[in-house]
Amino acid sequence: MIAVQDVEKRFTLHTQGGAVLQVMAGASLSVAPGECVALIGASGAGKSTLMRMIWGNYRTDGGLIRVGDVHVSGAEPRAIIALRRATLGYVSQFLRVVPRVPTLEVVAEPLLALGIYEAEARERAAEILTRVNIPERLWSLSPTTFSGGEQQRVNIARGFVHHWPALLLDEPTASLDGSNRAVVLSLIAEAKARGAAILGIFHDESARAQVCDREVDVTSFAVAP
Amino acid sequence: MSATPLLTVDGIGKSYGARIGCADVSFDLWPGEVMGIVGESGSGKSTLLGCLAGHLTPDTGHVIFDTTADGPRDVLAMSEPERRMLARTDWAFVHQNPRDGLRMGVSAGGNVGERLMAVGARHYGQIRDQATEWLGRVEINADRIDDKPRQFSGGMQQRLQIARNLVTGPRLVFMDEPTGGLDVSVQARLLDLLRGLVRRMGLSAVIVTHDLAVVRLLADRLVVMKDGRIVEQGLTDQVLDDPQHPYTQLLVSSVLQV
Repeated sequence: MIAVQDVEKRFTLHTQGGAVLQVMAGASLSVAPGECVALIGASGAGKSTLMRMIWGNYRTDGGLIRVGDVHVSGAEPRAIIALRRATLGYVSQFLRVVPRVPTLEVVAEPLLALGIYEAEARERAAEILTRVNIPERLWSLSPTTFSGGEQQRVNIARGFVHHWPALLLDEPTASLDGSNRAVVLSLIAEAKARGAAILGIFHDESARAQVCDREVDVTSFAVAP
Repeated sequence: MSATPLLTVDGIGKSYGARIGCADVSFDLWPGEVMGIVGESGSGKSTLLGCLAGHLTPDTGHVIFDTTADGPRDVLAMSEPERRMLARTDWAFVHQNPRDGLRMGVSAGGNVGERLMAVGARHYGQIRDQATEWLGRVEINADRIDDKPRQFSGGMQQRLQIARNLVTGPRLVFMDEPTGGLDVSVQARLLDLLRGLVRRMGLSAVIVTHDLAVVRLLADRLVVMKDGRIVEQGLTDQVLDDPQHPYTQLLVSSVLQV
């Protein structure tokens, strides 16, 4: 479902005299439907960079990235937009939303973008918010005012409200307490059971042991400075 | 995915004497897409918007629009009445200053109703009902329908201008700094409103702004202009997070973080 072949990444810093930083070369991995793969490696080794390239957020400077039948590397913007809408989900560590939009709408938005009716989208958003223990009295408020853990759970709710066939998870259990962590791990397990291909970064080792089938160490893809 | 772009811009150029307004601008806009155009003052983004929307006549290039009535047509080759009809039906233009897009001496309901009458609506009751409905959609109370825009706040005027423009169900909206000159709190509400309308009506939009935060939240795609030319274009978050061109890198690194 997700295939990365011989991928390269470099950054050219024009504001710093045109310095070229080659950060990655020869990155290859694949994730099959129903499988959860963990990216491991020290901080700065390139885990997030690789995730961002698969998401289409960073350009790929060499090699191929494929998600489903879309070649992400070199795709037209509209192909990536369509891919993100229906096929590829992403739970980032940061919540980026229009200020003052109620939490319920933030979570329902991916469904509305898919053309699902508002009533159904809101109902499903309410279900998943209940599941991640965001109390109903907060649903009408903007998540920008929430605590870190609450924002993280709104992100999770948004990332699991639609059953994306491929999912990227960046530290989904960070800043969560024990019971919420368990909820997230069961959401991941359910996604796997329905055939989602999941690639994630988990610093939480026991979480990784519980849901991941394999690990890929990105250290071998890093280019020594 | 649709096979025909809604708008194809091919080699648009416009000079003011020896000075370049914009040059060699080409892109496709697909149905349902929101495209942002950013660049500093004088980069040619407003000239480009004017050329696309038919307010200015470009020196070179073609603007092909997939019209509801006749399919793809070169807008620049249309007669003036045809282009005016297009501007009232398939197109809409939201000005930065609501005073440029509203009739300040006409009531709020009249401002919205006038657009309907321009495309042939004649039944007073229906026009008023539709105007009331649209005021509601842009969050203006129905009891303000007979007030004139000059009695409204800047944010309300901007929302009224949006209602006036969208009441005829356009497919493409041009916006010139739609949130410029508004308080940040009012901006956020307007952004949310625009996003909802774009999604519900399946609108495509071309938005000119210098505010990178606005394009990040509103635009699917981004075009970066400098000295009248496109220096970089792509998916909005990719252009902002992994900018390739020296000018885009400078632009992104110059934004103050809050």
